[in-house]
Amino acid sequence: MKNGITSVLIVGVGGQGVLLASEILTEVAKVMGLDAKKSEVHGMSQRGGVVTSHVRFGEKVYSPLIPSGEADLILAFELAEGLRWIHQLAEGGTFIVNDHKLVPPITSTGKFFYPEDAMGRIKARVPDAKLVKATDIAKELGNPRLVNTILLGVMSKSIDLAEDKWLEVIKRMAPKGTGELNKKAFLTGRST
Amino acid sequence: MEMLLSGNQALARGVFEYGGEFASAYPGTPSTEILQTIAKFFKDDIYAEWAINEKVALEAAVGASYGGARTIAVMKHVGVNVAADPLMSLTYTGVGAGLILVSADDPSLHSSQNEQDNRYYGKFASIPVLEPSDSQEAKDFVKASFEISEQFDTPVMLRITTRISHSKGIVEIGERETVEHGGFERNITKYVMVPAYAATRHKVVIDRLESLKEYAETTDLNRIERNGADVGIITGSISYQHVKEAMPDASILKLGMGYPLPMKKIASFAAEVKNLFVVEELEPFYEEQIRAAGIEVEGKKYFSNHLELNVDRVRDGFIEAGLLDASVKSPTSSAEPEEVLPRPPVLCSGCPHRGMLVAMKKLKLYTTGDIGCYTLGALPPLSQIDTCLCMGASIGHAFGITKAGKTDGKVVSIIGDSTFLHSGITALASAVYNKTNTTNIIVDNRITAMTGGQDHPGTAKTLMGEKTHAIDLGALCKVLGVEHVRVVDPYDLEETIGVLKEETERDAPSVIITNRPCMLFPSKIKDEPYAVILEKCTACGLCFSVGCPSISTSEEKNEKGKPKSEIDPITCTGCTICAQVCPAGAIVPLEQ
Repeated sequence: MKNGITSVLIVGVGGQGVLLASEILTEVAKVMGLDAKKSEVHGMSQRGGVVTSHVRFGEKVYSPLIPSGEADLILAFELAEGLRWIHQLAEGGTFIVNDHKLVPPITSTGKFFYPEDAMGRIKARVPDAKLVKATDIAKELGNPRLVNTILLGVMSKSIDLAEDKWLEVIKRMAPKGTGELNKKAFLTGRST
Repeated sequence: MEMLLSGNQALARGVFEYGGEFASAYPGTPSTEILQTIAKFFKDDIYAEWAINEKVALEAAVGASYGGARTIAVMKHVGVNVAADPLMSLTYTGVGAGLILVSADDPSLHSSQNEQDNRYYGKFASIPVLEPSDSQEAKDFVKASFEISEQFDTPVMLRITTRISHSKGIVEIGERETVEHGGFERNITKYVMVPAYAATRHKVVIDRLESLKEYAETTDLNRIERNGADVGIITGSISYQHVKEAMPDASILKLGMGYPLPMKKIASFAAEVKNLFVVEELEPFYEEQIRAAGIEVEGKKYFSNHLELNVDRVRDGFIEAGLLDASVKSPTSSAEPEEVLPRPPVLCSGCPHRGMLVAMKKLKLYTTGDIGCYTLGALPPLSQIDTCLCMGASIGHAFGITKAGKTDGKVVSIIGDSTFLHSGITALASAVYNKTNTTNIIVDNRITAMTGGQDHPGTAKTLMGEKTHAIDLGALCKVLGVEHVRVVDPYDLEETIGVLKEETERDAPSVIITNRPCMLFPSKIKDEPYAVILEKCTACGLCFSVGCPSISTSEEKNEKGKPKSEIDPITCTGCTICAQVCPAGAIVPLEQ
């Protein structure tokens, strides 16, 4: 934290749900009575490109963008994307990555390769980086779409926002009829 | 009550709260959500529409304003180029009820063909430019803009940028207030811009600008935040936020009104501080005017006009100027990034544009391109789009290259349905009139796809969800004089290649229209997925060359060590293009 502001960088690939996850986090901060901003770029990102969302909250937030090397927490929905942004982590920051690979079509040109041992490279930079098998957990809970909520649950342990506010916002923002299931997924992630 | 709103949502909310009654726009990133928000939440109070292009949007808005409705016209920065014709004389006529032109600029070209700075249009047209710096101001400045517009009888440019449009912040919500205006009143010397009347009106504009300069000196849109006297910074828009974070000890003159500038206020601020800087994104718009007024100031020397600013770039500039200690930066701020493969945007799985692009590639055609999803066909592995300049340009490009007569090989144009309606019709009419023999392809996916699926005059539905007339593109091309109009199924490669070959060999103008809808909008389309029979796959790589995100390399390799392909059954839509290019017959429906 710098100047009392918490900065969270959520990264992934277009279509993975990065924007909804960052929306929920920002809303929880707002419900806690904090100033909160988030920023991302729409447009071409939904065509399978790189997606990043900056979320910042605290007493007073000015810039919606996190300065270089000042992300207190990075949540990556995908391994190569985690690797792409890991250098933005602040000293002593928290790094959480979903154990999931999305191999882009550009690899078929034979000129680019999906990183082998992405987690090894992540660990080399951030030894206590946390790998979450969110896809497996979601399967156990009976719905692969719960991955995002599980990841939010894992992340919530490292962020100072109240559990009841998280649950209130998740229930409000989850698709109709999935409130209870998402609550369960969040709590499972939070206890992982 | 407080809500978390994007700049676009907050601006739409402002139009509602401050009595807006009419909104017209053509979709364009980053501005699109403004009209969508109005149509979704405020359609009982505000009429909202997609116009065929930005010029028509502004003209309709001008009519509504003359007719007594508080009005906004909304467009992305390059859209203002299209609307510049009415704008440059609208400034002479002035308005009826308040009229706001929203220009959404795109520093860093997140989704645009250039990063032009539209504040210059304010100076060019002698109209005020307001620049909000967050979501709250995006809402509040709608009120100020309507009031200035009505007080000074001028259109007002409300200039936002991508970071304002697409950042969310907390906004205080209020009730709707309305202002009474009568309908259109005949006033021929004000509204009819024939030379004699226009000459009189130009004098009005010159005098109005002087009054606006006085207003700029006193309005609380421009405020001084006094702090240390060592560094004074003049800034506005999103740059204000970066400056506040990067330079907490500096004094700031925050410009909410970016044109005309409050030069007396600037001069007195300059006198208060030892070192005066301008921090502004893109061009030295404030800086040049301030310097021209004889005030010593630095700006672009430290804060480049290339790409958007951020806290790092503001800090770096002041470190370079010797006014900030480098220790303010995070110890990891210069950490080396890992080398990771690029992940460029691609045409979606099953996109109907793919078949046409593959057919063009097969026939080795030059392809003049336009603005839309198909422009992604310029990227490898397709690399099939050869030009992209502005909306509607493809048809003129193909015409010009062909007429110049120096290029070996055939040239065709490719344009989407929405872009063709926006500004391709006139280009085609002109090409036919001037005896073209080019083939022009309209990839008609029945939606404005790149900006997220908006209706247009070919979709039979308005922004407010009403059914309406749909333009028949084929019939339209025929009345423009194109005798040979062909419709093809882009999922049938053989047919598409055959028709393309026939039409490009013909010595007459032709139009080929594809007939498959977008896979994403208005609703997702997914048929049974296909799969690769690994025993049959020879790893020739032809399926990779169609550039589909569902096809990737498998662990299996052929005898030379080349990887075979595999298909992701979850994202494959079953469009069959890869199966049609596979010479080994190795790609079949998953069920088989």
